Amino acid sequence: MGLLDEMVWFCLGQIIQAIWSELMNMKKRWINKSGNQYDSSLEQWTTIIRPESGWFDINLQELWCYRDLIYLFVKRDFVSIYKQTILGPLWYLIQPILTTLVFTIIFDKVAKLSTDGLPPVLFYLSGIIVWRYFADCLQKTSNTFVGNARIFGKVYFPRLTVPISVVISNLISFTIQLALFGCFWLFYSVQGAGLNLHLAAMLLPFLVLQMAALGLGCGIIISSLTTKYRDLAQLVGFGIQLWMYATPIVYPVSIIPEQWRWAMALNPMSATIEAFRYVFMGVGTINIAGLWASSLMTISILISGIILFSKVEHNFMDVV
Amino acid sequence: MLDNSRADQLNTVINVEGLWKQYRLGSINHGTLISDIQSWWARLRGKDDPNLRIDQIQKLQNPTPSAMLDTETDRCFWALRDVSFSVKEGTILGIIGRNGAGKSTLLKIMSRLTRPTLGQVRIRGRVSSLLEVGTGFHPELTGRENVYLNGAIHGMGKQEVTRKLDEIVAFAEIDKFIDTPVKRYSSGMYVRLAFAVAAHLDPEILIVDEVLAVGDIVFQKKCLGRMEAVRKAGRTVLFVSHQLNMVESICDEAIIIDKGCLVKRGTTSDIITEYMKSSCDNRLYKDNLLNIKNRRGNGKILLKSFHIEDTSGNKWDNIISGMDVVFVFGYECQFEENLDNVDIGMSFHSIIDNQALTILYASYVGKVFKIVNKNGFFRCMVKRFPFVEGKYKLRARLTVNGAEADFPLDGIVDIDVVCGDFFRSGSPGFGPGPYYLVDGEWAVE
Repeated sequence: MGLLDEMVWFCLGQIIQAIWSELMNMKKRWINKSGNQYDSSLEQWTTIIRPESGWFDINLQELWCYRDLIYLFVKRDFVSIYKQTILGPLWYLIQPILTTLVFTIIFDKVAKLSTDGLPPVLFYLSGIIVWRYFADCLQKTSNTFVGNARIFGKVYFPRLTVPISVVISNLISFTIQLALFGCFWLFYSVQGAGLNLHLAAMLLPFLVLQMAALGLGCGIIISSLTTKYRDLAQLVGFGIQLWMYATPIVYPVSIIPEQWRWAMALNPMSATIEAFRYVFMGVGTINIAGLWASSLMTISILISGIILFSKVEHNFMDVV
Repeated sequence: MLDNSRADQLNTVINVEGLWKQYRLGSINHGTLISDIQSWWARLRGKDDPNLRIDQIQKLQNPTPSAMLDTETDRCFWALRDVSFSVKEGTILGIIGRNGAGKSTLLKIMSRLTRPTLGQVRIRGRVSSLLEVGTGFHPELTGRENVYLNGAIHGMGKQEVTRKLDEIVAFAEIDKFIDTPVKRYSSGMYVRLAFAVAAHLDPEILIVDEVLAVGDIVFQKKCLGRMEAVRKAGRTVLFVSHQLNMVESICDEAIIIDKGCLVKRGTTSDIITEYMKSSCDNRLYKDNLLNIKNRRGNGKILLKSFHIEDTSGNKWDNIISGMDVVFVFGYECQFEENLDNVDIGMSFHSIIDNQALTILYASYVGKVFKIVNKNGFFRCMVKRFPFVEGKYKLRARLTVNGAEADFPLDGIVDIDVVCGDFFRSGSPGFGPGPYYLVDGEWAVE
């Protein structure tokens, strides 16, 4: 416990220090911009390449300069996946529909798992769409370094543009699938399934952001580690599948015995999925404490991911 | 004075100070995740790495150059050792060296692909590095989309690409196909488009590695023209190439890197001369001509060895066109008698059709020799060697009193001539094609 405490305080101290020095740098830059041109240009180098310093060494300003690149990566991913396919973007719809069908047959008709009184199709579809977005973010970003080694070895640009663009391009498919979910939702509403669209549905962007951040965070941690330990790449697809069964996708939280509910809180995705179902269909409970916990977990995973990522990106060409 | 030094500092756009880069060989981690975490945690708190040997720790704690070199073991080696130089704005600096000398490592650090182990590089201005053309091209995207993507990867904004798009398309000569996916391009079109984007990056500092070697001759000329334009625009360029003639024609200054160290810096022609001298491994030195079977003549005197030197007596492997070169032929007499009226001739032949290009006997310039020693050398100095770059076959023949004494029928050796400053004007001339270079004075009336 002592060591753990020490680690936590040490990390916190480092982070605060790093943020502080970044702020100071920004201030200096700002002063230089408005200050005496001649003097500042004498002192100022635009780029200084040094051995690794500190370990919160990312330049968010630079990332912003490369926003066009992020946009182009997103476009490339979107265009290239479905070129020369017959159905094109329709695949975005076919995948969740077929999976929902299978889940409905297996888990509802055969296993007879509860769906909290919801139409099974709607129950599984919502779970699948949300989970799919998270899983895609995680899986595709986890390949960042190894998959892009060739291009990373030839030209410099902020490496974070790649995983960020992956998360954004997945957002496109998520939106399309969300529209599909909307159609089913309308259909079942009209049928009188008693769905309550909660006002808290306004929280949707927050939920999506949280999933994206969590997927991104886990993905870049894995991609950073796979530069050295390739075994992890084998684990990702398998691990995601296991994680799905640990998350209330094919079953509602309500079937879990009361004394085991706390275990659900350890999984940052379960509160998100529950919240999603609650705000759109008014079943289950919205677990505010659980949402806070998972947001906190997400933020710490994302921050440690970014730190690890930026450490690895400096020297990974020597390792990969 | 002060103002001068200020201006000097302002002019310096790249400053490399004491750059070291270490690579580890073989396995790159301690083998287990646990010991990696141990090392990492110890480093983080400023304690000693429990997985390093004691002597390594001491050396890493006081990184003086000699101590650094001592850490070189079988597990790691230094790709760069204490490299320092600075580049002024508008300079085109050539970097030459053998394979594995550390050129690419230097470029990788300057292009921010990897970090140095010690030392720093400071840069003023936007850098684009061209270690490859067409990085990130996606086969499914159209030419236009790839131009945008490739431009953005090299740091160009969308508007900037839009502004230059017409120029890029014209340069690549593919205007009809710009909206076709690049996977349908011929490989020539692909390379041209990739290069066109690269050529229109407009950074303050351009780092180029060997990439000019793509495309046909016409396109290469176009690229060189583009480099010229870049130079005129006052941009700074770092240029790595094995093609010395290209370095010679493009660069103002050059540095040699060998075994990770910066050996010398100077004007391009000095550096190339130095490099050729140092990289001479006596490939051209022949001391076993006596073993040649296919020869004709009465054998009174035989060719024994051959090499070439410069006027200061350094042996060379190639000839730079325009240099003063000495051809040295060793001989051996077979009989114990003095020979009178000995003549030696050498000739250069085209490799392709064995056509004699020029023949030079000693007698042509009014010299015949009297041989008194059993062994010795004939030397022939040719001023401003007048052949263009290429490979030539050298043959030689000895006569005594007009009778053929020795004539190796397959020639002596093939000699490489590399492009040089024959005209003393910096112009490489027309390039390969014609064989001879003739100096003349032009005027208009």
